[in-house]
Formats: sequence, C-alpha cells, structure tokens
Amino acid sequence: MKDLPLVVLLASVLATAAPLIIAALGETITEKAGVINLSLDGSLLLAAMLAFVTSYETGSLLLGFGVGALTGGAIALLVGIFGIYLGQLQVAVGFALTLMCRDLAYFLGNPYSRLQGPQLLAWKIPLLGDIPVLGPLLFQQPLVVHLGLLLIPLSWWYLYRTGRGLELRAVGENPQAAYTRGIDPRRKQLLYTLAGGLLVGIAGAAFSLGIKPGWGRPQGIEGIGWIALAIVIFGGWHPVKVALGALLFAFLQVVGISLQGIWPGVPAQVFQVAPFPLMILALLLVNLLQRQGIKQWLERRPALALLLHQVQGAPPRALGRSFHPD
Amino acid sequence: MRVELQRIHKRFGPHHVLKGIDLTVDTGTIHGLVGENGAGKSTLMKILTGYLSRSGGRILLDGVETEFANPAVAARAGIGMLYQEPQDFPPLTVLDNFIVGRESQPGTGWKDPRRRLAQLADEVHFRLDPEAVLNKLTVGERQQLEFLRLLGREARLLILDEPTTGISETQKARLFQALRHIRDQGRTILLVSHKLEEVSALCDRVSILRHGQVMGEEDAPFHIPRLLELMFDAVPSTTPAYTPHTPGAELLCFRNVSSPGERTGLWDCDLSIACGEVIGLAGLAGSGQGLFLKLAAGLSHPSQGQIWFNGQQLQGMGYPQFKHLGGCYLPANRLEEGLISGFTVLDHFALATNSSRSRARQLAMDAIRQFNIRGQPESPVESLSGGNQQRLLLSLIPTDARMVLLENPTRGLDVGSARWVWDYLRHQYAAGGVVVFSSAELDEILSVADRILVFFNGHVVRNLPVNQADYHDVAAAMTGS
Repeated sequence: MKDLPLVVLLASVLATAAPLIIAALGETITEKAGVINLSLDGSLLLAAMLAFVTSYETGSLLLGFGVGALTGGAIALLVGIFGIYLGQLQVAVGFALTLMCRDLAYFLGNPYSRLQGPQLLAWKIPLLGDIPVLGPLLFQQPLVVHLGLLLIPLSWWYLYRTGRGLELRAVGENPQAAYTRGIDPRRKQLLYTLAGGLLVGIAGAAFSLGIKPGWGRPQGIEGIGWIALAIVIFGGWHPVKVALGALLFAFLQVVGISLQGIWPGVPAQVFQVAPFPLMILALLLVNLLQRQGIKQWLERRPALALLLHQVQGAPPRALGRSFHPD
Repeated sequence: MRVELQRIHKRFGPHHVLKGIDLTVDTGTIHGLVGENGAGKSTLMKILTGYLSRSGGRILLDGVETEFANPAVAARAGIGMLYQEPQDFPPLTVLDNFIVGRESQPGTGWKDPRRRLAQLADEVHFRLDPEAVLNKLTVGERQQLEFLRLLGREARLLILDEPTTGISETQKARLFQALRHIRDQGRTILLVSHKLEEVSALCDRVSILRHGQVMGEEDAPFHIPRLLELMFDAVPSTTPAYTPHTPGAELLCFRNVSSPGERTGLWDCDLSIACGEVIGLAGLAGSGQGLFLKLAAGLSHPSQGQIWFNGQQLQGMGYPQFKHLGGCYLPANRLEEGLISGFTVLDHFALATNSSRSRARQLAMDAIRQFNIRGQPESPVESLSGGNQQRLLLSLIPTDARMVLLENPTRGLDVGSARWVWDYLRHQYAAGGVVVFSSAELDEILSVADRILVFFNGHVVRNLPVNQADYHDVAAAMTGS
C-alpha cells in the first residue's frame, strides 16, 4: 500500500465497481417487480462483444453502448415473453439464455479477438477535476462511473419516492392484489424486465469499452453476471445496499491485487473470493433473523436488533412466480 | 347503486357451479348473501367484480347492462370488494397501500393522500398510523385500511367477503358501525357470510344460496331457524350408524392450547380424548378444525399450552417419532400432501414400508385386493380416481396405528365408498385407539362419530356425545349463533 496512495486506490475501486453497480441495479429493478432474470452472465458477455464489435467497425463509442443496451434489452425481452407471458419457469429460461448467449458471444466474436479498438477513457472535467482528493476520485473518471453513481440515488428515488415505483414494488410483492386494483401486473413486469436488461447491456458495453477493453476468449468478465445476481441478494434488494455490495466487491478485488505485493505469502485468490463467504454469511444472518426464536432473543437486545435490522432484506414475495389471472 | 344479476351461470370445465342466479340488490341497503362453503357465493362475487368471467347471464347496474373484462373496469364502474384474505402488500406502509392503484381508479383527494386517509379514518372512527408497516398490523387493521381505500375511491357498491374472519370483537363492532354509516349515506353493501348472527344483526335483506342456486330471500327481522333450513340440506336422520365403543384410557390431551395460524387460530382448547372414541370435528371451513388436526399430529406447535399423545408431550417431536408412537395424519389434499404425484402404487408401498420391490409389489397386490382399489401396482397415483386415492391412503396407514387423524376423509367419495371407508376405519382403529376426523358434512359426523366437537372462529364451542347432539343446535353453533 506504500506505493499506492489511498485516492488512487479508491478511484480504481470506483472505476472497477461502476459496471457492476449498473448491472446489479438493473437486476434489482427487475427483481423488485417480481421477475428473476438469471441470464445476466451471458447477457453481459454478449452485450460486451457486440458493443466492442460495433465500436470497432463504426468507430463510435456511443453506437457501441447503444448496441450493448439493446442486446441486454432483447435478452430480457425473451425472459419476459417466456417467463411472464408464457408461464415458463423464469429460472430455467434465464439459465438457458445464459449458456446460449455466452457461447454465441464466443462464436460470433471470434474474428474480433485480441484487436485494439476504441476505448472510453477517463474524462477530466475542467475545474472540478483539479479539486484535491475529490478531483481524481470523481472528476477524472470515465463517464460510466458517473452513470453508475447517478443510478444509485436515481433508482432509489424511483423505487421509493414515485407512484410508479410504488406500483413496481406492489407488483413484485403481490401481483394478485395489484390486479384487483386495476394494475396489469404482467405489463409492469415486462417493462421493468426490459429496463433492467437495458442496464445490464450498458454494463456489458462498459466492460468491453472501458474496464476490460477489447474482446477475447476469455474476456475476463466471466462470472461477473453471477456475482451481480449474488450482490442483489447480498444487498437485500435495496438499491443503496446493492451498490454498497458492488463497491465492497470491487474494493476487495483491487485491494487483493495491491495486498499481494505486501504479503506475497497470501494468494491473491483469497482476497478475490472473500466476497463469497461474506455473502453466504450475510444470507445466513438474514435467514436466521426470520426465525421465531432468534426474533424473541433479539427483542431483549434492542441495539443489536436495530443494527441487524439494517442488513436484513426480504425478497419480493412474488419473485420468480409468474402471475395468471384465472 | 342498484345491482341486478339475471340468470348468472358459471361452469368450471364439467362442474356447473352457478346454476342461474337471480339477485337484486337495492340502493342504500345492506344485502346479505349466505350459504354453506361451496354454495357458490365467492364465485358469484368474483364475477361481479370482473375477476372471473361468467358462462351466461346478465349484470345490470342501475338498469344498464354492463360487461366487466377485468377488475379495473369494475372498479371504474364503482364496484369495490373487500376480500376475505386481504389483497394488500404487507412489506409496504399503510399510506403506500392506500395509494397503490389510484391511477386506475376514480376518486377525489388523491393529491394529498395522507390527508384523505386521515379524513376517511376520522369519518368512520378508525385509527391507523399511516407510516406503520403492514406486517405489524392485525388482520382487522389491514381490513380497515382496505375498507378506507374503497371508500376513498368512491365505491358505490361495496362487497364484503366474510369480513369478520380473524378480527376481534371491538374491530367487528367498529366495522359494523362504519357499514351502517355508509349505508345511510346511500351506498349499497353486499355482505357475504355464513355467520347468521352477524348477518341478521346487520342486513336489511338476505339471499340464501345452496349448490349454486338461490334457495330463497328473507327480509329483516330474520328468523334464524328458517335461514338454517334454507342454508343446509334437509335435516337428515341423525341416528348413529354404529354402536359406540366403551371409552378406555386417555390417549390424546390438549391442555389450554392456543395457537395462531390458519385463518382463525385455535384458542383455549382444553380437552381429552380416550381410547375407543371416534371424534368428528364440525365447523365451517377454516374455523380451527384443520389447525386442531395439525397440532394433534405435531406438525404445528402451539404458542401456549401442551399437547400429550400416548403419555408423551408432542412439543419438539418430529413426525417420524409421532408415527412411531402410533399416530397417523391424512391431509385433505390427497395429491398435494398425501400422495406423491408421478409415483406408482407400488412406489408408495416401497416408500412406506421401506421394503424391497418384490415385497412391495406383494403388499400393493394385497392392498388392491383388500381395499378394492381400481388400479394396478404400476398405475401412477394421479391416474386413480379420488375414491381410489383415498383407499390407497387408508391402506398405507400402519395397521397398528393408535390414533388416526383425517381431514375430510370422504370428500368427493360416493355414498357407497364413504360407507366402506367408515366401516373399515371403525373396525380397524376405533376399538383400540382413536379416530379424529373433520368433515364438511354435518350429517356424516352425526352418523359415524361417537363425539362431536364444534368449531367456531378458532374456539371449540360444543363438545358433546353425538347421541346428545341436536342437529339444529350444532348447525347454529357452527354459524356462531
């Protein structure tokens, strides 16, 4: 850590975390509406590949991001049609799509392997970028970092402060009741599955046009989709906590690399996999808190109860179950 | 709003559930709709709210023929329904629940929902904290909120489905007061219930449904025996079909048992059941008898009190241990809970007896012969008829069981099969043990049981030997009067 100033460390944590934040928030929105889109890992790869190829051929980063977003949206549309309207098991549809999209990305992207293409670079905002500490941290970053950071309050505000967000959550909790109140649950679910998919697609593009530039096999983001899915659970389906989960994961990744220099004895993998046991522990905690006995025990310890209440997050009740008006 | 239903029919596949219902509800009245479980009340209401489509007939609102494609259309027409199971969103706050769906509904005051909610609550004297999370509220409070929400979007016809299930006496009084209040404002109320005491206290007029048909209409003041007569089938002979065994030692004992759960919970249950008894549990569906059976089987644990079976306390005992002690529980949902769909008859014997396939085949063949099951050892259980599934379940009970708990054991069986089931159960188990069963058919209980327990709203309200039970008294007790 001696040769790595804290600001540089944190700046790279933010840069690493940004696409993960975008993908995980996209999935949070989808899952809050009661739909589970399990295709994230494949979606990210396919969107990354198509975004890179588009930018490489046209030279336009914007087009690349657009194509990436549309790719994520198109896959989400499939999840929506099969999982919401045709009543297929959402998990099965998502899983099949994950595998299909991954192989499709490798197969179609093969001619573009290991090529030098356009890349989204850090953009130093005039004046703001010169502020000490905050400048390098926030205002000398690629635009996706700003997008990711903006999405956190934005998605929170949408979910918890708007009428539409309230309907979104209502549908995810009890589509039946929403239906009796005149809301079409399936249309809402399709809409938010698409919205989530677009964000996942943007995240895919952010990888191949930014953090892990270029295309190849392996691309280097394999598994990230599963981590995003896990982070949604880790964050208890709350956008702010989900984003914190993504930041924690990125932090451990970055620190893992720099700590390796200090303690060469400890394998880097230890730091890389640390988020997983942490997440399992958090899940265990959340589940234990639902137990009657634990609840009673906690009632006598209000301070601890309050603290644990913060980590607790219940899944939307209708998550993964498709709604059928009978 | 004046509502006219004309010759409403509803068929679910081969089942003809509503057979030409005619019903007229006048503006500014509280109209009761009573009937046994399965009489078709809920189906009729779901059609009126646009939740279900009808197979035939017309609906007229204020004389205009109306068509509802979905609940949103019905809501816009001014029809609001308070469902028996609250249709709300437990993790959201009271205020959020109040707001959800406002875009698709008419009504004023949405600009400031918080004030609107407070104003409505004041009007009918309900007290709700708008920031409270619904999870922390009682069923009664959640219902009050739904009620206010429907008032807020100016429902002119308010349908209430069993509104007093699971709510306290004070909440009930408050609800009734509010209902009278809004009736006097000119709203129309349709009250679906099988609690005659409440219906007669509240309604101006009552229609009685039985087997999908209107059996009659009565105006207030009501004569309850007359309603009972229309509600239930003709009073059957209640002479017990069997001579009772002499009760022996105590086998099952509930000591001050209270437990939340199901719809009503079970409260202050204190009783003892002796060897040689056949106990029938009567009550309208979801009055606590299902929970009683689950508690007796150790599948659910009481929050208070103790349950003893065969000299052992059930608390902390798993079902295998319960079975080892000689207990057995047969749930009502044969295919969902009792049998394993996709498995054959033979597979079930192999599983139940933990024996080799050839031995299991022998057992299956024996059972098919002895229990007269129409099927082969290789038949998948879902291909058997309901009656044969029940016979298979009975054949799987260990012959040395000391306590057999059955939920609606003869549901869906014809008279002959039911008779066979009872002959078998009484012969095989009642002599040296107990048989406890619930049934929706009161006459079945009165003819095959030795003792009857009547459940109402989570309480045991009668505990009598059947030869001392009076049909009318029991029917009245079931409906809380």
